[in-house]
Amino acid sequence: MKKDEAMIELSDVSKSFTLHNQGGAVLPVMEGAALKVAPGECVALTGASGAGKSTLMRVIYGNYLAASGRVLVGGLDVAQAEPRQILALRRETLGYVSQFLRVVPRVPTLDVVAEPLLALGRDRAASLDKAGALLRRLNIPERLWGLSPTTFSGGEQQRVNIARGFAYDYPALLLDEPTASLDVQNRETVLALIEEAKARGAAIIGIFHDTGARNQVCDREIDVSGFTPGQAA
Amino acid sequence: MTPLLQVKGIKKHYGMRIGCADVSFDLYPGEVMGIVGESGSGKSTLLNCLAGHLPPDAGQVIFDTRVDGPADTVTMSEPERRMLGRTDWAFVHQHARDGLRMSVSAGGNIGERLMAVGDRHYGQIRDRAIDWLGRVEIDESRVDDRPTAFSGGMQQRLQIARNLVTGPRLVFMDEPTGGLDVSVQARLLDLLRGLVREMGLSAIIVTHDLAVVRLLADRLMVMKDGHVVEGGLTDQVLDDPQHAYTQLLVSSVLQV
Repeated sequence: MKKDEAMIELSDVSKSFTLHNQGGAVLPVMEGAALKVAPGECVALTGASGAGKSTLMRVIYGNYLAASGRVLVGGLDVAQAEPRQILALRRETLGYVSQFLRVVPRVPTLDVVAEPLLALGRDRAASLDKAGALLRRLNIPERLWGLSPTTFSGGEQQRVNIARGFAYDYPALLLDEPTASLDVQNRETVLALIEEAKARGAAIIGIFHDTGARNQVCDREIDVSGFTPGQAA
Repeated sequence: MTPLLQVKGIKKHYGMRIGCADVSFDLYPGEVMGIVGESGSGKSTLLNCLAGHLPPDAGQVIFDTRVDGPADTVTMSEPERRMLGRTDWAFVHQHARDGLRMSVSAGGNIGERLMAVGDRHYGQIRDRAIDWLGRVEIDESRVDDRPTAFSGGMQQRLQIARNLVTGPRLVFMDEPTGGLDVSVQARLLDLLRGLVREMGLSAIIVTHDLAVVRLLADRLMVMKDGHVVEGGLTDQVLDDPQHAYTQLLVSSVLQV
């Protein structure tokens, strides 16, 4: 990929929800969404709560099905791709730190964090080392590493989620409120991780309600209210 | 890449009633597919047609065999299909009793499949049986016990060991975690995920438990009245269901 080429590129993306079991109501939630993110760039999605920031992020991750338009990530059109192509993209190219941690019960935290590396067939010992280093940076005490994160506090789960999202150097990253519910020190660590990812050339799209964090790491802002149907952009 | 399994237009009727109809899909190496739907939706009928337990009325089930490449398993000879069932295919039943020989020791249950493919050295067979007991977290000291002396969860793990010992490439599973208590379920899910990743298995898992498919399956097929109403990436189908029936299914799950 050339340096000036976009890593993530959306054009004319729309999304609606049809509620078949509630009288077939159709809710158009997005129209004409377009954006471009280059390697090494961090772009913030802004807009009021309910404007569709998370929806747009989920469309990019392939979690929501786009009704129309193109969603190119690393050259693959997520809106049209086969499940196995999207899964390969998620393994090799596109990381996603959601607001909630979803794991198999009883799997130790260290394994949860190392999973993206193990899924790529990386050496187990090296993967666990990397996972441990991230957990240490994010102040998860070593005595907790052998336990499942399902029993952790909200803030700890959030940090485990972040550690997992940064275990592998994804070329593209989606971050949904990565600094929410973190104390000052951990917030600094997360912002440093984002800066490092940018420096190695990752294309990042983030949602930050924390204005200070947004100003510190983001190069641009995109107001998703412009993609709300029936409103002038 | 050649699909490991190509299913084309599978149809099965029970008299006038539809078991399943017009089911087609490709499964690639390493892919895990879940089939969900309420009871009576045709998912077990479909699984049994795919695995050669029921003859479909129409359609093809083309498997990429090691020796001859893609071959239609519906029309191949019975001995050939049985050989597949002992080597490249595995079938994990909902009730472990259906997949185990209850009067034979745990070690014997695992060893039997090895002997079926030509292993004769007793010591080696026993060593591999013990190795597999360890992988499914059953203590070595239980190798000579019969499965009747095992708990339900242990029986299920033994059934999995018996099925996977010959290194199959495709595993059919019918409600593998059904009837187990949730703590045993979680352990079994973690075990299955690990085995799928280490061995590069492909699997087709029939279940009505949406939490199980979310954790195990890469992709999902939703069945209703014998037809596939929706398919796609597992988390996409569960989080953004398009069909009325899938929406009903997803919204009916009780929150814990």
